[in-house]
Amino acid sequence: MPEPVLEVIDLKKHFPVRSSFLGMGSVSQWVRAVDGISFSVGAGETLGVVGESGCGKTTTAKLILAQESATSGEIRFQGQDVTRLKGRDLMEYRRSVQAVFQDPFSSLSPRMRVGDIISEPLEIHTDLSRYNIRTRVGEVLELVGLQPEQASLFPHEFSGGQRQRIAIARALATEAKLIILDEPVSALDVSIRAHILTLLEDLQKQLGVSYVFIGHDLAAVAHISHRIAVMYLGEIVETAESLDLCNDPQHPYTQVLFAASLPSHPDEDKTVLNLSGEVPSAINPPTGCSFHPRCESAMPQCSTFEPTQKTLSVGHMAACHLHEER
Amino acid sequence: MKAVDDITFSLKEGETLGIVGESGCGKTTTCHALFNLLPPGGQLMGGSIHFDGTEITAKSQKEMQKIRGKEMAMILQDPMASLDPLFSIFDQVGEPAYHHRKLRRNSLKTQVEELLGMVRIPSPSIRMKEFPHQMSGGMRQRIVGAMALAGGPKLIVADEPTTNLDVTIQLQYLELLKELQDQTGVALIFVTHNLGIVAKMCNQIAVMYAGKIVEQGTTRDIFNQPQHPYTDALLKSIPVLGNKDPLYVIPGQPPNLAEPPDGCLFHPRCPKADQRCRVEHPPEVVLQNAQSSVCWMTHKEEQHA
Repeated sequence: MPEPVLEVIDLKKHFPVRSSFLGMGSVSQWVRAVDGISFSVGAGETLGVVGESGCGKTTTAKLILAQESATSGEIRFQGQDVTRLKGRDLMEYRRSVQAVFQDPFSSLSPRMRVGDIISEPLEIHTDLSRYNIRTRVGEVLELVGLQPEQASLFPHEFSGGQRQRIAIARALATEAKLIILDEPVSALDVSIRAHILTLLEDLQKQLGVSYVFIGHDLAAVAHISHRIAVMYLGEIVETAESLDLCNDPQHPYTQVLFAASLPSHPDEDKTVLNLSGEVPSAINPPTGCSFHPRCESAMPQCSTFEPTQKTLSVGHMAACHLHEER
Repeated sequence: MKAVDDITFSLKEGETLGIVGESGCGKTTTCHALFNLLPPGGQLMGGSIHFDGTEITAKSQKEMQKIRGKEMAMILQDPMASLDPLFSIFDQVGEPAYHHRKLRRNSLKTQVEELLGMVRIPSPSIRMKEFPHQMSGGMRQRIVGAMALAGGPKLIVADEPTTNLDVTIQLQYLELLKELQDQTGVALIFVTHNLGIVAKMCNQIAVMYAGKIVEQGTTRDIFNQPQHPYTDALLKSIPVLGNKDPLYVIPGQPPNLAEPPDGCLFHPRCPKADQRCRVEHPPEVVLQNAQSSVCWMTHKEEQHA
C-alpha cells in the first residue's frame, strides 16, 4: 500500500442538542454524527465513501477540511495531526486540501469572473505575482479541458458540466495533494457524468493527487475508487478494495445497499433483499450494532454487543458479529 | 425554437413508458404539453394528443382542469415543491378527491386514510393531521404519490421522481409504484436520465435527443441491440457495478436548439457520421420487432436486409 497522505484514527464528532427555547438551554442529548471512524488514503489513491443520507459522510468531509473541529480522534495529514493545527500551519494545510461540491450552480459565485474564482485561492495561499497567477489560471483551465480565454466569462455562461470543471480547476490551482469530492456528479446528466469521472481519473494519473469521493451512486463510486468505505449511522461498517466489495460484500448493510442499486440491464438478475424502514436517528442510536433493527440476519448478541472491525482478507474489513465464529 | 419536434408515442393501460434523454432534450416540455401546461410563450404548433379516446389539444383550460388531477396526474422531482408547507397532509391528499369525486367529511377521511395506507405511511389517521415538514424525504415523495392517486387517474407522469432519494428509499419507492400499478392498472410515464430506473421499471423506451425521439422500442430490445448511435453511446457511458473499464465519453455538447445543425441533429457528436448525415435528416426506420430508429445507418442496413 502506498504511503498514506491522510490517516483518520478513531474520529468522533458529536453535536449538542439543546433542549429549551432558541437553543439556549442545557445540553440534553448528543447527535453522534461521526462516531469513531478510522481510515487512510494513500498518495494517488481514491477512497470512496458511500452510505445513506444522514450517515455522516458530509460531516466526515467537513472534519477533514477543518471546517468543523473534531470531538475526539486524530486526522493525520502527511504525518501531522490536523486537529491541533493553528495559524500559518492551518493555512498551509488548507492550501493542500481542497474540495469540490455537488452543486456547481451554488458553489461558484455568480458575481465573479471564472478567472477571479480560480485565482482567489492563489491570492490567499501563495505570493505569486499577478502575471504568474494569470498564467496558473490558464494552466489549470487547460488541465480541465477549458480554454484559458474563458477566464473572463461568468459562471452563468457555462453549462453544468463545464461549471463542475471550473470547480475542479479551482481545487487544483494551489497544487492540492488531496481533494474532497462531495457528490461531484450527482447533479449532472449521465453523459456529463462520464466526462467528469474520466477527467478526474486522468487528472489523478497526471498529478498524483488523492481523492476522497463521497457519493450515493454506487456504480459511479465503485468505478472511480480504489477502495470503498461503507458508512452507517456515523460508523464505518465495511472497507474493501472496490472490486472486492462489489463482488463479495460481507456486511449485511453493504449487501442490502448493493442489492438496492438499480440494474444496468433489464435482464440482470438481482437478489431482492428488502431493507425495511429508514435510517434511525443519530441522537439515540440503537444499542449494540446500530444496524440490527433493520438487519435480516440479526442475532441475539447484535442488540447488546457492538461488533468490532475484523480483517476478513487482505484489505477487507467489516464490523459484524456474523464473522466472529470464523 | 423547436423544443419538441414531431414526436409520436402511444401507451396502453397498465404499461410503463420511459422517456430518456439529457437535460434540455425536451423531456419535460413533452410532459407539460401532455397536460396542456406549456409555459407562457410556449405553443403547441401542431399534432394531436389522444387521451382515453378523446382529443385533448383543443380543450380549454377549464375543460383541462376536469382532467388534470383526475384522469391524469403528475409526480415531480422535488416533493417539497409539490407540497404546500401551510396545509396538512389530509388537506393536500384529499384535494383531488374533494374536487373531482365530490367526497365530503367521513368518506373523504376514509379515502385519505386508505390512500396513505396504500403508499405505506404508518398510522395514517394520525400522520394525516401532520404537515409536510414533519415527514422524511421518502415519506414526502410517497405522499405526493398518494396525491397523484387520489383522483383515480388512468395516467401518471413521473418526472425524475427519485432523483433526490437515497438508493434504498429509491428502490422502496419504485417497488411501491409497481405494486400500485398492478392494483389500479394505471399507465405510467417515467421521465428520467437514469437508465437504471428504465431498466427496472419500463416496458417501452423512447430515447430523446434535441427535441426528437431518435429511438423507440421495448426496453429489452433497446438494451440488447441499440440501433441509434446516441442510444449506444448513452448505454456505454454509464458505470456498471464491478466493472472498471474506462467509460465512453460522448464528445461535444448537445446542440443549441435555436440554431440546430443541418441533417441529423446528432451528427456533430456521432462517431459513425458520414457525408449524408451532415446534410439530410434521416427517416424513421421501423424494424421487424417494432423497434424504430431515426438514423441513416439503420436505414442502410434495412435496405440491404
